[in-house]
Amino acid sequence: MQLDNHRPIYFDNHATTPLDPRALEAMMPYLKEEFGNAASRSHRFGWTAEEAVENARNQIARLIGAPVRKNDRGKEYTQEIIFTSGATESDNIAILGAAEFYKDKGNHIITVKTEHKAVLDPCKYLASKDYDVSYLRVGTDGLISLDELRKTITDKTILVTIMWANNEIGVLQPIREIGAICRERGVIFHTDAAQAAGKVKIDVETDNIDVLSLSGHKMYGPKGVGALYVRRKNPRVRLSPIIHGGGHERGYRSGTLNVPAIVGFGAAAEIAMNELEEESTRLKELRDYFWSEISTRLEYVELNGSLEHRLPNNLNASFAYVEGEALMMKMKDLAVSSGSACTSASLEPSYVLKELGVREELAHSSIRFGFGRFNTREEVEYAVGVVINAVEALRQMSPLYDMAKEGIDLSTVNWAGGH
Amino acid sequence: MAYGNKVIDHFENPRNVGSFDKLASDVGTGVVGAPECGDVMKLQIQVDENGVIKDAKFKTFGCGSAIASSSLATEWVKGRTLDDALKIRNSDIAHELSLPPVKIHCSVLAEDAIRAAINDLKEKQTVKV
Repeated sequence: MQLDNHRPIYFDNHATTPLDPRALEAMMPYLKEEFGNAASRSHRFGWTAEEAVENARNQIARLIGAPVRKNDRGKEYTQEIIFTSGATESDNIAILGAAEFYKDKGNHIITVKTEHKAVLDPCKYLASKDYDVSYLRVGTDGLISLDELRKTITDKTILVTIMWANNEIGVLQPIREIGAICRERGVIFHTDAAQAAGKVKIDVETDNIDVLSLSGHKMYGPKGVGALYVRRKNPRVRLSPIIHGGGHERGYRSGTLNVPAIVGFGAAAEIAMNELEEESTRLKELRDYFWSEISTRLEYVELNGSLEHRLPNNLNASFAYVEGEALMMKMKDLAVSSGSACTSASLEPSYVLKELGVREELAHSSIRFGFGRFNTREEVEYAVGVVINAVEALRQMSPLYDMAKEGIDLSTVNWAGGH
Repeated sequence: MAYGNKVIDHFENPRNVGSFDKLASDVGTGVVGAPECGDVMKLQIQVDENGVIKDAKFKTFGCGSAIASSSLATEWVKGRTLDDALKIRNSDIAHELSLPPVKIHCSVLAEDAIRAAINDLKEKQTVKV
């Protein structure tokens, strides 16, 4: 297959997604003539910007099943969506904001060891400030145990924060059941749905969600914009702000709104909602085809995490006896990512894979594939060949592969020491 | 990781990939690193009757710079006496390949592999005598 300008094929759609041209088109007027500040009440520029923002709010509310009401002039509006700079900020407002607001009620927070750093780090910060944080473990499939969650909730628990879909392995937690447990125990439930939105159906009512984080650029919208859903009824959730200023976004998040990005995010949410079913089916077919080819044509390949409870577009696999960074260099026609230490600044392999019980050498050998809206069947077929050739070529120069072929159990070898 | 041209060249066209019979009396084998650390290098040298390294081979499990460092090491040891080969420093390898600071350990491993291979050969030859 002919590559476009020698650019690799993009299979890293968990890192970010390209902007959908339809979202860009919706943004254009607000990058040019409609430049008004949505908070300006005294002229047409402000009103136009505000109307565009409110429309985007409704589009996002619909994607996640949040209520969109009509005012007495028949105009639709929603009060549950707050715009932020992205899912990291949304997670921070949810966690720090709930901790601060409910500090008289309790000081205990529950999360999971495989969460994104945007959740783990605010929790770590709170743990340094007289809060207690419990970290639930996951099984080899990447899923938490609902029983362990039930046992971990105490009368001091104020917040449970558990991501919907994991960013590395795409594993989907049992959100509705988690939400039901939290509802029953009167604990606020926050979920980071940055990876899940637009890929699996979300309904904050039936899924029992109180607070939910979203990111624009993970769903073919622009970067630098995100949202936070905050339930207003049954129960009413309150959060203390972490950014103080002009009282924008009903005081939850001050700062002039990024109108063009919000408009693009809204358009992306509407497209995602309309195309969710068809797109998820198509991506799952591509992913399943890819995995079936790779896992039958190569030996010593292991899937990381549950295949059943997984995003339709995610694959995370370890190619034993081959190191992840070298494999990515060999597959230079493909843009993917790895859980190998050599690709991280910390020089530690993926903590997510470690929590699943994946052995360290297999974590070094892991590759994450994220299929997306703009990937074609032809690209995926091409990628199968690239992966197989690269793995086979590197195994030909891997001393570990030779040892495995000789029947040596690598775990019994007394290694001379590494670095 | 954005590497320099020399790492890319050694990675894409690795020199001297392969194995010698590790039981042969004129072959020294060094295996260093550990799988859980993400790199294992096997470097082998073959010497002539004057103790000069006439050929070298490697196999490496590791990142691009680990593969490049071992490939370069096999090139550099060829034609040297054992004592001369021991003079190759990791800093020379790192400099030649313009390795970024986080990849210096790959050059350290390559130096260790050379030393391990030479030690193995010397032990074999001592036993023989």
